[in-house]
Amino acid sequence: MQVSMNINGEPVTADIEARKLLVHFIREDAGLRGTHWGCDTSNCGTCTVWVDGEAVKSCTVLAAQAGGHEVRTVEGLEGADGLDPVQQGFIECHGLQCGFCTPGMLMTARWLLDQNPNPTKDEIREAISGQICRCTGYKNIVDAIHWAAEHPRTNEVTA
Amino acid sequence: MQTPAPTDYVRATSVSHAISLLEEHGEESRILAGGHSLLPMMKLRIARPEMLIDINELDELRGIRVDGDELVLGAMVTHREVLESPVLFEHYAIFRECEKVIADPLVRNRGTVGGSMCQADPSEDLSAVGSALRGSVVIQGASGTRTVPLREFHEGPYETQVEPAEIMTEVRFPIRPGAGSAYEKVERRVGDWPVCSAGVYVVVSDGLVTDCGIGLTAVSAEHFCAPAAEAFLIGKAPTEDNLRSAAQLAADAADPSSDQRGPADYKKHLANELTYRALVRAAAASQGA
Repeated sequence: MQVSMNINGEPVTADIEARKLLVHFIREDAGLRGTHWGCDTSNCGTCTVWVDGEAVKSCTVLAAQAGGHEVRTVEGLEGADGLDPVQQGFIECHGLQCGFCTPGMLMTARWLLDQNPNPTKDEIREAISGQICRCTGYKNIVDAIHWAAEHPRTNEVTA
Repeated sequence: MQTPAPTDYVRATSVSHAISLLEEHGEESRILAGGHSLLPMMKLRIARPEMLIDINELDELRGIRVDGDELVLGAMVTHREVLESPVLFEHYAIFRECEKVIADPLVRNRGTVGGSMCQADPSEDLSAVGSALRGSVVIQGASGTRTVPLREFHEGPYETQVEPAEIMTEVRFPIRPGAGSAYEKVERRVGDWPVCSAGVYVVVSDGLVTDCGIGLTAVSAEHFCAPAAEAFLIGKAPTEDNLRSAAQLAADAADPSSDQRGPADYKKHLANELTYRALVRAAAASQGA
Protein backbone atom coordinates (compact mmCIF):
# COMPACT_ATOMS: atom_id res chain seq x y z
CA MET A 1 0.00 0.00 0.00
CA GLN A 2 1.06 3.58 -0.65
CA VAL A 3 1.79 5.58 2.51
CA SER A 4 2.76 9.26 2.72
CA MET A 5 3.67 11.28 5.77
CA ASN A 6 5.69 14.34 6.65
CA ILE A 7 8.87 13.56 8.55
CA ASN A 8 10.59 16.61 10.01
CA GLY A 9 8.57 18.71 7.57
CA GLU A 10 9.63 16.74 4.47
CA PRO A 11 7.10 14.60 2.58
CA VAL A 12 8.01 10.91 2.37
CA THR A 13 6.04 8.43 0.26
CA ALA A 14 6.65 4.72 -0.08
CA ASP A 15 4.92 1.56 -1.23
CA ILE A 16 4.98 -0.73 1.80
CA GLU A 17 3.39 -3.78 3.37
CA ALA A 18 0.53 -2.87 5.72
CA ARG A 19 2.28 -4.69 8.55
CA LYS A 20 5.37 -2.43 8.42
CA LEU A 21 6.11 -0.69 11.71
CA LEU A 22 6.72 3.05 11.79
CA VAL A 23 10.27 2.58 13.11
CA HIS A 24 11.19 0.56 10.02
CA PHE A 25 9.51 3.06 7.68
CA ILE A 26 11.57 5.86 9.21
CA ARG A 27 14.84 3.92 8.98
CA GLU A 28 14.40 2.06 5.70
CA ASP A 29 12.04 4.13 3.56
CA ALA A 30 12.88 7.62 4.80
CA GLY A 31 16.54 6.66 5.33
CA LEU A 32 16.67 8.35 8.72
CA ARG A 33 18.83 6.09 10.87
CA GLY A 34 18.89 8.36 13.91
CA THR A 35 15.80 6.64 15.29
CA HIS A 36 16.99 3.38 16.82
CA TRP A 37 15.22 0.06 16.72
CA GLY A 38 15.58 -1.71 20.04
CA CYS A 39 13.49 -4.19 21.99
CA ASP A 40 10.49 -4.52 19.64
CA THR A 41 8.25 -4.85 22.71
CA SER A 42 7.50 -1.20 23.64
CA ASN A 43 9.73 -1.46 26.68
CA CYS A 44 13.03 0.22 25.84
CA GLY A 45 11.84 3.45 24.19
CA THR A 46 14.85 4.02 21.94
CA CYS A 47 12.48 4.16 18.94
CA THR A 48 10.59 7.13 20.41
CA VAL A 49 9.49 9.73 17.85
CA TRP A 50 6.70 12.27 17.73
CA VAL A 51 3.44 11.76 15.86
CA ASP A 52 1.39 14.96 15.69
CA GLY A 53 3.38 16.38 18.60
CA GLU A 54 2.99 13.37 20.91
CA ALA A 55 5.97 11.22 21.87
CA VAL A 56 5.24 7.60 20.97
CA LYS A 57 7.12 4.33 20.62
CA SER A 58 7.41 3.83 16.87
CA CYS A 59 7.85 0.05 17.18
CA THR A 60 4.23 -0.12 18.31
CA VAL A 61 2.65 2.05 15.62
CA LEU A 62 2.08 0.87 12.06
CA ALA A 63 3.58 3.11 9.39
CA ALA A 64 0.14 3.05 7.78
CA GLN A 65 -1.33 4.62 10.92
CA ALA A 66 1.06 7.56 10.60
CA GLY A 67 -0.01 8.14 6.97
CA GLY A 68 -1.08 11.75 6.51
CA HIS A 69 0.37 12.73 9.87
CA GLU A 70 3.35 14.77 11.05
CA VAL A 71 6.31 12.78 12.36
CA ARG A 72 9.34 14.28 14.05
CA THR A 73 12.54 12.34 14.65
CA VAL A 74 15.83 13.09 16.34
CA GLU A 75 17.14 14.51 13.04
CA GLY A 76 14.48 17.21 13.38
CA LEU A 77 15.75 18.52 16.73
CA GLU A 78 18.60 20.67 15.48
CA GLY A 79 17.50 24.13 14.41
CA ALA A 80 19.05 26.86 12.25
CA ASP A 81 20.64 28.24 15.39
CA GLY A 82 22.35 24.98 16.27
CA LEU A 83 21.66 22.00 18.50
CA ASP A 84 18.50 21.75 20.55
CA PRO A 85 19.25 22.45 24.23
CA VAL A 86 18.48 18.82 25.06
CA GLN A 87 21.20 17.73 22.63
CA GLN A 88 23.61 20.25 24.12
CA GLY A 89 22.63 19.08 27.62
CA PHE A 90 23.61 15.50 26.82
CA ILE A 91 27.02 16.80 25.71
CA GLU A 92 27.48 19.08 28.74
CA CYS A 93 26.44 16.46 31.30
CA HIS A 94 27.87 13.32 29.64
CA GLY A 95 24.32 11.99 29.24
CA LEU A 96 25.34 9.02 27.14
CA GLN A 97 27.95 6.33 26.94
CA CYS A 98 27.13 3.85 24.16
CA GLY A 99 24.42 6.18 22.80
CA PHE A 100 21.92 3.51 21.85
CA CYS A 101 19.10 4.92 24.00
CA THR A 102 19.94 8.55 23.24
CA PRO A 103 17.62 9.36 20.29
CA GLY A 104 14.60 8.19 22.25
CA MET A 105 15.75 9.99 25.38
CA LEU A 106 16.19 13.22 23.41
CA MET A 107 12.74 13.05 21.82
CA THR A 108 11.07 12.38 25.17
CA ALA A 109 13.11 15.14 26.80
CA ARG A 110 12.02 17.73 24.21
CA TRP A 111 8.40 16.54 24.54
CA LEU A 112 8.57 16.92 28.32
CA LEU A 113 10.16 20.36 28.23
CA ASP A 114 7.63 21.68 25.71
CA GLN A 115 4.85 20.84 28.16
CA ASN A 116 6.69 21.50 31.38
CA PRO A 117 9.64 23.89 30.89
CA ASN A 118 10.81 23.60 34.51
CA PRO A 119 10.39 19.97 35.58
CA THR A 120 11.67 18.65 38.87
CA LYS A 121 14.16 15.79 38.74
CA ASP A 122 11.34 13.46 39.83
CA GLU A 123 9.21 14.64 36.92
CA ILE A 124 12.13 14.05 34.55
CA ARG A 125 12.56 10.54 35.94
CA GLU A 126 8.88 9.82 35.44
CA ALA A 127 8.94 11.16 31.87
CA ILE A 128 11.74 8.76 30.91
CA SER A 129 10.33 5.84 32.91
CA GLY A 130 9.38 4.08 29.66
CA GLN A 131 12.97 4.12 28.45
CA ILE A 132 15.92 1.95 29.26
CA CYS A 133 19.58 2.94 29.48
CA ARG A 134 22.02 0.18 30.35
CA CYS A 135 25.10 2.42 30.67
CA THR A 136 24.57 5.58 32.66
CA GLY A 137 22.44 4.61 35.62
CA TYR A 138 20.22 7.50 34.44
CA LYS A 139 21.75 10.16 36.70
CA ASN A 140 23.57 11.95 33.90
CA ILE A 141 20.53 11.72 31.64
CA VAL A 142 18.39 13.40 34.29
CA ASP A 143 21.11 16.03 34.77
CA ALA A 144 21.27 16.59 31.00
CA ILE A 145 17.53 17.19 30.70
CA HIS A 146 17.68 19.47 33.74
CA TRP A 147 20.54 21.38 32.08
CA ALA A 148 18.38 21.82 28.97
CA ALA A 149 15.54 23.19 31.08
CA GLU A 150 17.91 25.79 32.51
CA HIS A 151 19.25 26.75 29.06
CA PRO A 152 16.17 27.18 26.83
CA ARG A 153 16.49 28.45 23.30
CA THR A 154 15.80 32.17 23.23
CA ASN A 155 13.20 31.77 20.47
CA GLU A 156 11.93 28.25 20.97
CA VAL A 157 10.43 26.77 17.80
CA THR A 158 9.29 23.20 17.81
CA ALA A 159 7.39 21.16 15.28
CA MET B 1 13.07 -9.21 14.88
CA GLN B 2 9.42 -9.22 15.84
CA THR B 3 7.01 -8.16 13.16
CA PRO B 4 3.32 -8.89 12.62
CA ALA B 5 2.23 -11.49 10.09
CA PRO B 6 1.06 -10.10 6.74
CA THR B 7 -2.22 -8.27 7.08
CA ASP B 8 -4.32 -5.68 5.29
CA TYR B 9 -5.19 -2.25 6.59
CA VAL B 10 -8.12 0.08 6.07
CA ARG B 11 -9.16 3.30 7.77
CA ALA B 12 -12.71 3.64 8.98
CA THR B 13 -14.33 7.00 8.32
CA SER B 14 -17.17 6.60 10.84
CA VAL B 15 -18.38 4.08 13.43
CA SER B 16 -21.01 2.75 11.03
CA HIS B 17 -18.31 2.41 8.35
CA ALA B 18 -16.17 0.44 10.81
CA ILE B 19 -19.10 -1.88 11.51
CA SER B 20 -19.77 -2.44 7.82
CA LEU B 21 -16.06 -3.20 7.30
CA LEU B 22 -16.21 -5.73 10.16
CA GLU B 23 -19.22 -7.37 8.50
CA GLU B 24 -17.54 -7.36 5.11
CA HIS B 25 -14.26 -8.89 6.28
CA GLY B 26 -15.65 -11.29 8.87
CA GLU B 27 -14.06 -12.84 11.92
CA GLU B 28 -10.49 -12.46 10.70
CA SER B 29 -10.75 -8.67 10.84
CA ARG B 30 -9.93 -6.68 13.97
CA ILE B 31 -10.44 -3.12 15.13
CA LEU B 32 -7.12 -1.28 15.55
CA ALA B 33 -7.34 1.38 18.27
CA GLY B 34 -4.12 2.61 19.91
CA GLY B 35 -2.49 -0.67 18.93
CA HIS B 36 -0.53 -0.99 22.16
CA SER B 37 -2.11 -4.32 23.02
CA LEU B 38 -2.97 -5.64 19.56
CA LEU B 39 0.35 -4.97 17.82
CA PRO B 40 2.41 -6.74 20.53
CA MET B 41 -0.02 -9.69 20.30
CA MET B 42 0.39 -9.67 16.52
CA LYS B 43 4.18 -9.63 16.79
CA LEU B 44 3.97 -12.75 18.96
CA ARG B 45 1.51 -14.24 16.42
CA ILE B 46 -0.98 -14.75 19.23
CA ALA B 47 -3.26 -12.51 17.19
CA ARG B 48 -3.23 -12.91 13.41
CA PRO B 49 -5.97 -10.76 11.92
CA GLU B 50 -6.11 -10.59 8.14
CA MET B 51 -7.63 -7.12 8.09
CA LEU B 52 -7.00 -4.23 10.48
CA ILE B 53 -9.71 -1.58 10.67
CA ASP B 54 -8.09 1.59 12.02
CA ILE B 55 -10.45 3.77 14.06
CA ASN B 56 -7.86 6.40 15.11
CA GLU B 57 -9.35 9.04 12.83
CA LEU B 58 -12.82 8.81 14.41
CA ASP B 59 -13.29 11.95 16.50
CA GLU B 60 -16.77 10.71 17.45
CA LEU B 61 -15.03 8.14 19.70
CA ARG B 62 -12.93 10.73 21.55
CA GLY B 63 -13.66 13.01 24.45
CA ILE B 64 -14.58 12.84 28.13
CA ARG B 65 -17.91 14.38 29.14
CA VAL B 66 -20.59 14.46 31.80
CA ASP B 67 -23.97 13.20 30.62
CA GLY B 68 -26.59 13.67 33.35
CA ASP B 69 -25.37 11.64 36.33
CA GLU B 70 -22.77 9.69 34.36
CA LEU B 71 -19.18 10.23 33.27
CA VAL B 72 -18.73 9.21 29.65
CA LEU B 73 -15.40 8.26 28.10
CA GLY B 74 -15.20 7.70 24.34
CA ALA B 75 -13.55 4.41 23.44
CA MET B 76 -10.60 6.25 21.84
CA VAL B 77 -9.81 8.36 24.92
CA THR B 78 -6.12 7.78 25.69
CA HIS B 79 -4.70 6.73 29.04
CA ARG B 80 -3.01 10.11 29.24
CA GLU B 81 -6.33 11.91 28.79
CA VAL B 82 -7.80 9.90 31.66
CA LEU B 83 -4.76 10.65 33.83
CA GLU B 84 -4.97 14.39 33.19
CA SER B 85 -8.77 14.83 33.15
CA PRO B 86 -9.93 17.35 35.79
CA VAL B 87 -13.56 16.20 35.60
CA LEU B 88 -12.69 12.53 36.19
CA PHE B 89 -10.42 13.48 39.10
CA GLU B 90 -13.10 15.71 40.59
CA HIS B 91 -15.46 12.73 40.92
CA TYR B 92 -13.04 9.83 41.36
CA ALA B 93 -9.39 10.06 42.41
CA ILE B 94 -9.13 6.39 41.42
CA PHE B 95 -8.80 7.32 37.74
CA ARG B 96 -5.65 9.37 38.28
CA GLU B 97 -4.19 6.94 40.83
CA CYS B 98 -4.72 4.00 38.48
CA GLU B 99 -3.52 5.66 35.29
CA LYS B 100 -0.38 6.94 37.00
CA VAL B 101 0.76 3.31 37.35
CA ILE B 102 -0.34 2.02 33.93
CA ALA B 103 2.65 1.46 31.63
CA ASP B 104 4.68 4.65 30.99
CA PRO B 105 4.02 8.16 29.63
CA LEU B 106 4.75 7.19 26.02
CA VAL B 107 2.45 4.18 26.04
CA ARG B 108 -0.21 6.28 27.77
CA ASN B 109 0.02 8.79 24.91
CA ARG B 110 -1.17 6.19 22.46
CA GLY B 111 -3.00 3.40 24.32
CA THR B 112 -6.76 3.81 24.67
CA VAL B 113 -9.49 3.01 27.19
CA GLY B 114 -11.52 1.04 24.65
CA GLY B 115 -8.50 -0.89 23.46
CA SER B 116 -7.51 -1.86 26.99
CA MET B 117 -11.05 -2.88 27.90
CA CYS B 118 -11.56 -4.94 24.73
CA GLN B 119 -8.16 -6.59 25.01
CA ALA B 120 -9.51 -7.86 28.36
CA ASP B 121 -6.16 -8.89 29.74
CA PRO B 122 -6.77 -10.67 33.07
CA SER B 123 -4.28 -8.23 34.64
CA GLU B 124 -5.75 -5.04 33.17
CA ASP B 125 -5.80 -2.24 35.75
CA LEU B 126 -8.70 -0.38 34.13
CA SER B 127 -10.87 -3.50 34.42
CA ALA B 128 -10.55 -3.33 38.22
CA VAL B 129 -11.55 0.33 38.14
CA GLY B 130 -14.48 -0.36 35.81
CA SER B 131 -15.81 -3.17 37.99
CA ALA B 132 -15.26 -1.27 41.24
CA LEU B 133 -17.23 1.71 39.94
CA ARG B 134 -19.89 -0.53 38.33
CA GLY B 135 -19.37 1.11 34.98
CA SER B 136 -20.95 -0.01 31.74
CA VAL B 137 -19.90 -0.12 28.13
CA VAL B 138 -21.86 0.84 25.04
CA ILE B 139 -21.46 -1.62 22.18
CA GLN B 140 -22.62 -0.80 18.67
CA GLY B 141 -23.45 -3.17 15.83
CA ALA B 142 -25.40 -3.01 12.60
CA SER B 143 -28.69 -3.46 14.44
CA GLY B 144 -28.08 -0.70 16.98
CA THR B 145 -26.45 -0.17 20.36
CA ARG B 146 -26.63 -2.05 23.63
CA THR B 147 -25.29 -1.27 27.07
CA VAL B 148 -23.51 -3.97 29.07
CA PRO B 149 -22.52 -3.64 32.75
CA LEU B 150 -18.78 -4.09 33.17
CA ARG B 151 -19.50 -6.76 35.78
CA GLU B 152 -20.98 -8.83 32.94
CA PHE B 153 -18.63 -7.69 30.18
CA HIS B 154 -15.83 -10.25 30.52
CA GLU B 155 -16.46 -13.84 29.50
CA GLY B 156 -12.95 -14.93 30.39
CA PRO B 157 -9.35 -13.90 29.78
CA TYR B 158 -9.19 -11.91 26.52
CA GLU B 159 -12.88 -12.58 25.88
CA THR B 160 -15.65 -10.01 26.08
CA GLN B 161 -19.25 -9.57 25.05
CA VAL B 162 -18.20 -7.57 21.98
CA GLU B 163 -19.26 -9.71 19.02
CA PRO B 164 -17.13 -9.98 15.85
CA ALA B 165 -19.16 -7.35 13.94
CA GLU B 166 -19.49 -4.96 16.88
CA ILE B 167 -17.44 -2.10 18.28
CA MET B 168 -17.25 -0.59 21.75
CA THR B 169 -18.01 3.10 21.53
CA GLU B 170 -18.19 4.36 25.13
CA VAL B 171 -17.49 3.52 28.75
CA ARG B 172 -19.87 5.09 31.28
CA PHE B 173 -19.51 5.50 35.04
CA PRO B 174 -22.20 6.63 37.49
CA ILE B 175 -21.38 9.79 39.44
CA ARG B 176 -21.78 9.28 43.19
CA PRO B 177 -21.78 12.49 45.23
CA GLY B 178 -19.64 12.17 48.33
CA ALA B 179 -17.75 9.09 47.15
CA GLY B 180 -14.09 8.66 48.04
CA SER B 181 -11.98 6.37 45.88
CA ALA B 182 -8.45 4.98 45.77
CA TYR B 183 -6.22 2.60 43.82
CA GLU B 184 -3.36 0.46 45.14
CA LYS B 185 -1.00 -1.57 42.95
CA VAL B 186 2.07 -3.71 43.45
CA GLU B 187 4.19 -4.33 40.36
CA ARG B 188 7.65 -5.80 39.91
CA ARG B 189 9.06 -2.69 38.25
CA VAL B 190 7.76 0.69 37.10
CA GLY B 191 5.25 0.36 34.27
CA ASP B 192 4.77 -3.38 34.58
CA TRP B 193 1.53 -5.31 34.79
CA PRO B 194 0.33 -5.69 38.41
CA VAL B 195 1.18 -8.60 40.67
CA CYS B 196 -2.13 -7.52 42.19
CA SER B 197 -4.13 -4.28 42.25
CA ALA B 198 -7.17 -3.19 44.24
CA GLY B 199 -9.42 -0.25 43.46
CA VAL B 200 -12.36 0.89 45.58
CA TYR B 201 -14.92 3.61 46.13
CA VAL B 202 -16.72 4.21 49.41
CA VAL B 203 -19.59 6.53 50.34
CA VAL B 204 -19.76 7.26 54.08
CA SER B 205 -22.86 9.02 55.35
CA ASP B 206 -23.56 9.79 59.04
CA GLY B 207 -20.65 7.55 59.98
CA LEU B 208 -21.87 4.50 58.07
CA VAL B 209 -20.90 3.05 54.69
CA THR B 210 -23.95 3.50 52.46
CA ASP B 211 -22.38 2.43 49.18
CA CYS B 212 -19.11 0.88 48.03
CA GLY B 213 -17.43 -1.00 45.21
CA ILE B 214 -14.32 -3.17 45.31
CA GLY B 215 -12.35 -4.15 42.21
CA LEU B 216 -9.37 -6.51 41.96
CA THR B 217 -7.16 -7.37 39.02
CA ALA B 218 -4.51 -9.98 38.19
CA VAL B 219 -5.81 -12.40 40.83
CA SER B 220 -8.66 -14.10 38.92
CA ALA B 221 -11.48 -12.50 40.89
CA GLU B 222 -14.68 -13.23 38.97
CA HIS B 223 -15.59 -10.14 36.90
CA PHE B 224 -12.75 -8.27 38.66
CA CYS B 225 -14.91 -7.60 41.76
CA ALA B 226 -15.55 -8.74 45.32
CA PRO B 227 -19.33 -8.63 45.97
CA ALA B 228 -19.28 -10.39 49.37
CA ALA B 229 -16.86 -7.81 50.73
CA GLU B 230 -19.05 -4.99 49.43
CA ALA B 231 -22.20 -6.48 50.97
CA PHE B 232 -20.42 -6.89 54.30
CA LEU B 233 -19.48 -3.21 54.50
CA ILE B 234 -22.87 -1.70 53.70
CA GLY B 235 -24.46 -0.24 56.83
CA LYS B 236 -21.30 -0.63 58.92
CA ALA B 237 -18.97 2.02 60.28
CA PRO B 238 -15.64 2.24 58.43
CA THR B 239 -13.65 1.13 61.49
CA GLU B 240 -10.32 -0.61 61.21
CA ASP B 241 -11.91 -3.94 62.21
CA ASN B 242 -14.68 -3.68 59.62
CA LEU B 243 -12.33 -2.61 56.83
CA ARG B 244 -9.95 -5.46 57.75
CA SER B 245 -12.84 -7.95 57.61
CA ALA B 246 -13.98 -6.61 54.24
CA ALA B 247 -10.43 -6.85 52.89
CA GLN B 248 -10.27 -10.49 53.99
CA LEU B 249 -13.55 -11.18 52.17
CA ALA B 250 -12.11 -9.47 49.08
CA ALA B 251 -9.06 -11.73 49.25
CA ASP B 252 -11.44 -14.70 49.44
CA ALA B 253 -12.83 -13.61 46.05
CA ALA B 254 -9.35 -13.91 44.55
CA ASP B 255 -8.19 -17.18 43.07
CA PRO B 256 -4.68 -16.38 41.84
CA SER B 257 -2.21 -18.72 40.18
CA SER B 258 1.49 -18.89 40.91
CA ASP B 259 3.53 -17.56 38.01
CA GLN B 260 6.56 -15.41 37.21
CA ARG B 261 4.92 -12.50 39.02
CA GLY B 262 4.73 -14.34 42.32
CA PRO B 263 3.31 -17.27 44.26
CA ALA B 264 -0.44 -17.58 44.77
CA ASP B 265 -0.36 -17.06 48.55
CA TYR B 266 1.61 -13.83 48.13
CA LYS B 267 -0.95 -12.53 45.62
CA LYS B 268 -3.75 -13.46 48.02
CA HIS B 269 -1.96 -11.52 50.75
CA LEU B 270 -1.68 -8.54 48.40
CA ALA B 271 -5.39 -8.68 47.53
CA ASN B 272 -6.15 -8.42 51.24
CA GLU B 273 -3.64 -5.73 52.14
CA LEU B 274 -4.14 -3.55 49.04
CA THR B 275 -7.92 -3.67 49.43
CA TYR B 276 -7.53 -2.61 53.06
CA ARG B 277 -5.23 0.31 52.21
CA ALA B 278 -7.52 1.48 49.42
CA LEU B 279 -10.59 1.22 51.69
CA VAL B 280 -8.89 3.26 54.43
CA ARG B 281 -8.01 6.06 52.03
CA ALA B 282 -11.35 6.02 50.20
CA ALA B 283 -13.35 6.10 53.44
CA ALA B 284 -11.24 8.98 54.73
CA ALA B 285 -11.72 10.87 51.44
CA SER B 286 -15.48 10.35 51.59
CA GLN B 287 -15.50 11.84 55.08
CA GLY B 288 -13.50 14.84 53.88
CA ALA B 289 -10.33 13.86 55.72
